[in-house]
Amino acid sequence: MSELAPGQALPELRVTPDKYLTYRYAGASGDFNPIHIDEEFAQSVGLPGRILHGLWMMAQVARAVQTAGDGPDALRSLSVQFRGMGFPEQEIAVSATVTEVADGVATVEAEAVQDGRRIIRKGRAELKVG
Amino acid sequence: MALNTDAVGKTYPPVAYAVGREKVREFASAVGEENALHHDPGAAREAGYADVVAPPMFAVVYSGRALTPALFDPDVGIDFARMVHGGQEFVWGPPVVAGDEIATEVEVKDVAERGGLAFYVFESRSTNQDGETVCTGTWTNIVR
Repeated sequence: MSELAPGQALPELRVTPDKYLTYRYAGASGDFNPIHIDEEFAQSVGLPGRILHGLWMMAQVARAVQTAGDGPDALRSLSVQFRGMGFPEQEIAVSATVTEVADGVATVEAEAVQDGRRIIRKGRAELKVG
Repeated sequence: MALNTDAVGKTYPPVAYAVGREKVREFASAVGEENALHHDPGAAREAGYADVVAPPMFAVVYSGRALTPALFDPDVGIDFARMVHGGQEFVWGPPVVAGDEIATEVEVKDVAERGGLAFYVFESRSTNQDGETVCTGTWTNIVR
């Protein structure tokens, strides 16, 4: 993508974390908080069940916004706010829009929605472009 | 809620992390990063990198473990049963590749009460073997 312009929507990213994703991500990331991998524990602390790692959800936002940049080190910064909980086996949609392009840096705003709930909001990324 | 803010400014000893090729691949697969540069050393070398390139969010792996001592520090005093991850920011520098040696230092940046919630903000600064800052993380945890 070389002709980014403010207001331009990036391709929507849709991803459905499978039943065992939280176990693989726990191993890959080192975050074994039982709210992500233990159904009974999650319910014992008042959750409906195992919830997704917020940082895995953030990684999906990272993937979505990277389509605006060029290569694996285009992403210069990403900030997000976690709101609501994400669950396995439900589709997540990440939408992202270019808000500014200046001096070889594109600013992108993004959010992630699952089953009508905004689970990540105020996503903001800067990417090297061109 | 009487919030103890004495820990603000406290730093912790650097935590070292050696970036391994299989760990980069494992992480890239777990988050769905399919670019060959994260998986194929040959493709990475052809593109000018010494080895497979870590996806940006791999910062979670090398800097996350440096957070643990701060999160469990009695001086900080987080009530884990009521803690949620409220927000996260990463600012990246030069790319991280397999074979890099990363050191991460953590500082307690802020402890504050807003709207009946306690906000604990930590900053991680990760440096590679050449002294370059590869990632700065701002971790906001909220205790209800």
